[in-house]
Amino acid sequence: MNNTKQRLVLAGIVSLALLATACGDDEESTTTDAVVTTVDAGTATTVAGTETTMAPTDETTMAPADLEAELNASGATFPQTYYEEVIASFTDANSGVTINYGGGGSGKGRQDLADQIVDWAGTDGTIKEEDIAGFKGGEVLYFPTVVAPITVSFNVSGVDTLNLTPDTIANIFQRTITNWNDPAIAAENPDATLPDLDITVVHRSDSSGTTGNFTKFLEKAAGPDATGVWTLGTDSTIEWPADTQAGEGNSGVAQVISSTDGAIGYVDLSDATDAGLNFAAIQDKAGEFVEPTLEGASAAAAGAEIKDDLTYSAIWADGDGAYPITAQTWIIAYKVQPDAAKAEALKAFLNYILTDGQELAADVNYAPLPAELAAKAIAQLDMFEIG
Amino acid sequence: MTDLSTPSLETPPDLRGSGGTADQAFRSTSYIAGGTVLLILGLITYTMASRSTDALSHMGLDFFTSKRWNPPGEQYGILSYIWGTVFTAFIALCISVPLSLGIALFITQVAPPWLKKTMTYVIDLLAVVPSVVFGLWGVLVLSQNIKGFYGWLSDTFDGVPVLGTFFGDNPQGRSFFTAGIILAVMITPIVVSLSREVIETTPAFEKEAALALGATRWEMIRGSVLPHSKGGLVGAVMLGLGRAMGETIAVALVIGSATGQITLNALAPGNSMPAVITSEWGEADSLKKSALIAMAMTLFVMTILVNVIATSVVNRSMKKSRGA
Repeated sequence: MNNTKQRLVLAGIVSLALLATACGDDEESTTTDAVVTTVDAGTATTVAGTETTMAPTDETTMAPADLEAELNASGATFPQTYYEEVIASFTDANSGVTINYGGGGSGKGRQDLADQIVDWAGTDGTIKEEDIAGFKGGEVLYFPTVVAPITVSFNVSGVDTLNLTPDTIANIFQRTITNWNDPAIAAENPDATLPDLDITVVHRSDSSGTTGNFTKFLEKAAGPDATGVWTLGTDSTIEWPADTQAGEGNSGVAQVISSTDGAIGYVDLSDATDAGLNFAAIQDKAGEFVEPTLEGASAAAAGAEIKDDLTYSAIWADGDGAYPITAQTWIIAYKVQPDAAKAEALKAFLNYILTDGQELAADVNYAPLPAELAAKAIAQLDMFEIG
Repeated sequence: MTDLSTPSLETPPDLRGSGGTADQAFRSTSYIAGGTVLLILGLITYTMASRSTDALSHMGLDFFTSKRWNPPGEQYGILSYIWGTVFTAFIALCISVPLSLGIALFITQVAPPWLKKTMTYVIDLLAVVPSVVFGLWGVLVLSQNIKGFYGWLSDTFDGVPVLGTFFGDNPQGRSFFTAGIILAVMITPIVVSLSREVIETTPAFEKEAALALGATRWEMIRGSVLPHSKGGLVGAVMLGLGRAMGETIAVALVIGSATGQITLNALAPGNSMPAVITSEWGEADSLKKSALIAMAMTLFVMTILVNVIATSVVNRSMKKSRGA
């Protein structure tokens, strides 16, 4: 069904191009260059087209470019490095497809998708219930893409490793523990020589999904329903105590930490690694101290409870070796796609992310999805409708 | 001054023929252009007003009088951000006004012609530096290196009545004061260029009269240049103030982003309205978005008020100086 449609559309494009009515319509500007590629691709469609949609095999990416669309997207900055990486390698293999990912934050991405400004959006959080009505294109599908650990990074001279429990982290970030030689920290780190040094807490100055995930961890592990230590709640911005410092973006927080002796803050793994920061091992649900690693992040996603719409939270997840502060992120798009060419390109792109693209994740410090979750997401690709 | 010489008047060229249509076209173009400005302003006001109602009705008057900005608890009070905006702009003016007037007077009255040209050029160049450049310099260089100086200020003025409060305890590299310094650097070129132009309009005979009466150069400046250009100088400063209040990204980078800070301690971190809007917009949903728009509306009204006051001050002092 989809195949016939796709072929029809392709045929349409080809004849349109041959008739040389290249009058720039809004979605696709058919240039003379494109005519050549389209015709070439058109001959190959019968072979490659069947493969692309039916069997998401490894050959998919090797198949000649038979897709022709421009996809615009915006949203979460947290997975942006990874998306740029996969977009580059996907469009290398599919020269007819252009994908623009604008970043701007999860909230912006959701709003842009709601207003149908973009074809897909990146988001670190799910759509709030009161905002669902605002999505003009109807039902939205969630595709998990990667996960990544958020580190609790610190800069204390003479201390390279630290073990921290959620309660202690909550107390530090709420400024109830203000010195590195506090007995609570010492009790968790009997081997470390902790200096008499004021703790400087560093948080994000911009509202961010990273703050949202970090505070969600504190809420779940030490909040009112757990030990009751954490009282500041969870959101993309919270009311931090006034005597804390702030940095713009993950790199900004990393920069403040690395330039301040006694600083501690939350930074994603790739920026913490780039800045050469030390990070703490965090106590998980089972009481083990787990270092932030990509394996730990994947384990957390595997241990998370996945809902039917593929939303889940890898924060404070069960499972052996699961890193407790693991952030998840999704690509969201409308179930009913108005444009067949775009829909095919989007499906191929998502399929690439969920298969071969997963292998690129580790290069840029993101963790791949557990196989089971990736398989569920691939299965969901069939839910797209063209209407 | 040189190109004011009138061209030869003997043979008035005949322009009448096509004048009618050209005039019409010009008239309608300028009416449309003028109307567009008003229309855009009206549309902005309408959009902001209609989209800010959610937050305003949720918070009521607390929106303006509460200093708690607590998104998890759906509490949005912007008082501390209003304070941050006003306080940083005030600090910026305190630094920038004496500096700018000094530079403008130096360029127009003191500097030799070659230096005058160079300085004017350099200062105009400063005016076109994008604000994010100042912001990055502020966050990477200034805020890192100024901490020691802040510590010294704080210690030195400890216990001194006014300055002790102003340069208070626990100084931070990123603070109201750092934001004020960055803003001062940013608005100085504008204030200088405008003041220079205003000062240069002082008629030569007034200055010469003062000098002929035996006035020194400073007495001449005080007696004839400053009174003549007072209105224009106030206008220049107010334009600087407008820019300082609306500056976004540079302030967001160096102000420290602390919430709920209403303090006279300039060395403490805080936040300002434009900085909050820019840094929180990306992740904002529903109510928070509405609160941010309401904050933008507040800023909008405040800048309009500043401009209205500036205009009336300028007008009044213009009248005065003409009457004198």
